[in-house]
Amino acid sequence: MAATEIARQAGEGARTLPLSGHVGFDSMPDQLVNKSVNHGFCFNILCVGETGLGKSTLMDTLFNTKFEGEPNQHNQPGVQLKSNTYELQESNVRLKLTIVNTVGFGDQINKEDSYKSIVEFIDTQFEAYLQEELKIKRTLHSYHDTRVHACLYFIAPTGHSLKSLDLVTMKKLDSKVNIIPIIAKSDAISKSELTKFKIKITSELVSNGVQIYQFPTDDETVAEINSTMNGHLPFAVVGSTEEVKIGNKMVKARQYPWGTVQVENESHCDFVKLREMLIRVNMEDLREQTHTRHYELYRRCKLEEMGFKDTDPDSKPFSLQETYEAKRNEFMGELQKKEEEMRQMFVQRVKEKEAELKEAEKELHEKFDRLKKLHQDEKKKLEDKKKALDDELNVFKQKKTAAELLQSQAQQAGGSTTLKRDKERKNSGFL
Amino acid sequence: MAQQKNLEGYVGFASLPNQVYRKSVKRGFEFTLMVVGESGLGKSTLINSLFLTDLYSAEHPGPSHRVKKTVQVEQTKVLVKEGGVQLLLTVVDTPGFGDAVDNSNCWQPVIDHIDSKFEDYLNAESRVNRRQMPDSRVHCCLYFIAPSGHGLKPLDIEFMKRLHEKVNIIPLIAKADTLTPEECQQFKKQIMREIQEHKIKIYEFPDTDDDEEEKLVKKIKDCLPLAVVGSNTIIEANGKRVRGRQYPWGVAEVENSDHCDFTILRNMLIRTHMQDLKDVTNNVHYENYRSRKLAAVTCNGVDNNRTKGQLTKLDTVEGMSPLAQMEEERREHVAKMKKMEMEMEQVFEMKVKEKVQKLRDSEAELQRRHEQMKKNLEAQHKELEEKRRQFEEDRAHWEAQQRLVEQQKLDASRTLEKNKKKGKIF
Repeated sequence: MAATEIARQAGEGARTLPLSGHVGFDSMPDQLVNKSVNHGFCFNILCVGETGLGKSTLMDTLFNTKFEGEPNQHNQPGVQLKSNTYELQESNVRLKLTIVNTVGFGDQINKEDSYKSIVEFIDTQFEAYLQEELKIKRTLHSYHDTRVHACLYFIAPTGHSLKSLDLVTMKKLDSKVNIIPIIAKSDAISKSELTKFKIKITSELVSNGVQIYQFPTDDETVAEINSTMNGHLPFAVVGSTEEVKIGNKMVKARQYPWGTVQVENESHCDFVKLREMLIRVNMEDLREQTHTRHYELYRRCKLEEMGFKDTDPDSKPFSLQETYEAKRNEFMGELQKKEEEMRQMFVQRVKEKEAELKEAEKELHEKFDRLKKLHQDEKKKLEDKKKALDDELNVFKQKKTAAELLQSQAQQAGGSTTLKRDKERKNSGFL
Repeated sequence: MAQQKNLEGYVGFASLPNQVYRKSVKRGFEFTLMVVGESGLGKSTLINSLFLTDLYSAEHPGPSHRVKKTVQVEQTKVLVKEGGVQLLLTVVDTPGFGDAVDNSNCWQPVIDHIDSKFEDYLNAESRVNRRQMPDSRVHCCLYFIAPSGHGLKPLDIEFMKRLHEKVNIIPLIAKADTLTPEECQQFKKQIMREIQEHKIKIYEFPDTDDDEEEKLVKKIKDCLPLAVVGSNTIIEANGKRVRGRQYPWGVAEVENSDHCDFTILRNMLIRTHMQDLKDVTNNVHYENYRSRKLAAVTCNGVDNNRTKGQLTKLDTVEGMSPLAQMEEERREHVAKMKKMEMEMEQVFEMKVKEKVQKLRDSEAELQRRHEQMKKNLEAQHKELEEKRRQFEEDRAHWEAQQRLVEQQKLDASRTLEKNKKKGKIF
């Protein structure tokens, strides 16, 4: 038996010991399987392709059921992703299937940004998982995994080559998701054209460096079938939910005047191969690849973006704690700096305003000092005037008193004279 | 959100379990088992019996033969294959455990070992560049209880209390062939009573929907703790070759369920619950360790009374990754700063208003005083004017009077003169 991964990991440190009887750990795979069956499985498919290529019909055909959805119109302004989740059960296996459809892909005149919403959608699912994984208290084992496990890329059956939109889109998606290219509505292409078409497509993919999903060939049990199937890519499929009677069986088919295309007839189309590969053989591998390759790549890029490293400049490995602590210290320092800055700004403003107000106060005081001075001058003038008046008054008083004194003296002297004179006059009056 | 859909035909995803089976076989399995107990309780023999191999032999002696002064924790890794399935088995043993006179803290090296394995896994899981992570975490701890027949020893209780939240503990009664069935029953009851009394959480078997399995699980639960016997020797008994211990009075067969619970242990540990032991370690014990570790890291230096041992507090703290938490803190800080800014702004405006008002008031006051003084002066001016006017008037009046008097005088003197001249002098 080939060395298992575990054995390789154990390396030199482990001795191999023979067992002298049946111990019973060969039931481990069964224990694991039981656990997964109890837990249920989940699978997410993304269908990318222009409107009208039969994406929904193919899903219905693959899963033998009618999923939701009206056929979409061509007048969408941008590419939108619509996802629907279904619970399916087959014998004791429960599958939570999510089908994501690109609505409006290829309908716009300018398709430069068509791939963006798809990439965004895929990244959003990765981000959600990453956030859950980074939580302090997390419940990963009951987390509903929404990451896209397989992307079926529908190629229009032109018979010539890939459209540039296809190349651009696939190039953007190949590092994010497992791409399985399929030729849609392949009943429009003849067998010879189909072979040429497939070769053309494959060579274009290779020359443009587009990495599509390769069915794994490392497990002997499925290596052979997988490698054969790898050679049939891209699968030319036909989907149909209508049944036609062929012989004495009802089969899924499309009826034309010139014949009936049987969906499950391997010489008519590769539908059976697709179903075999996608569902019956490699579903688990698709999930594993998504988790260990695409998701890890996303996670690595995201963490590096945030500044996390595995080793410091001296190539010593960081422990998780150190990394977080370093980040945290940086973060706290930043916050404190911001706080300080704000405080400083305020202190500055306060200082300025204080100076301003002081200036105003000074001006006011100066103004009033001037007024006061004016006042005092006026007062002084008034005082002087008063004094002048008082002086004049005094002079006048003196003059008056002097005059009055004189007068009274004169009067006294001449008072009698006057009296006499008056008497005389009186008397003379009589003469 | 998910709708139930019925399939109208065979799709094929029922093969998913097969795909899982295939992949798991290809990868191989690993399991780490820890054995703890005083020396001489038959730990190595039991391991050899369990795995039907000479894990411990003369070249690789068991823990009781490697007498140490202090408790050591040592690992033995073996690779075993069976039915196409490869298992990397790591057995961790603790030579010296419980053998000293003073056994205080002899559990500490064990705790440290378990934690260091968790730490390794956590670091590996948290790297930017991750590879397939080897899982060397301890999945199960077989704790050997000495068959005293009385009850648990203080050391047993102490050890289990300290480790039950870090590892799946399966307590075993060692060397059970020294107890009669009745004694064994009593002993088991006593032990289970004490375990419940001390609220020790030993490994719990998960519930199943399947009735068959449920019956099996119940049977196991009734026999806890399992009383085991181990043996390295094969003996002829009743025409069969069995593993057992030869006594003068008979053979105690290891794999005879009437003799001891060894087969129950083996079935449970290896054949039915090995995966579950790993799952519980991963989903419960490891997650506990991780959340405690990360909570301590992220709440460093922020709010110490929030965390220290109080992990069950704020949901927001635990529900987030440390990075999201930092984002949250940043947002909080921005809000806090805004509030602070607003407050400072308010205080500032208020102070400015106050000062401006004061200034205005003093301006008004000064203005008023100035007005008053001006009025005062004007009043005085007027008064003065009035006085002057009065004075002028008085003076004019008096002067007029004086002139009149003077005139009179002059007239009088002139008349006198005239009269004199007229000779009216007598």
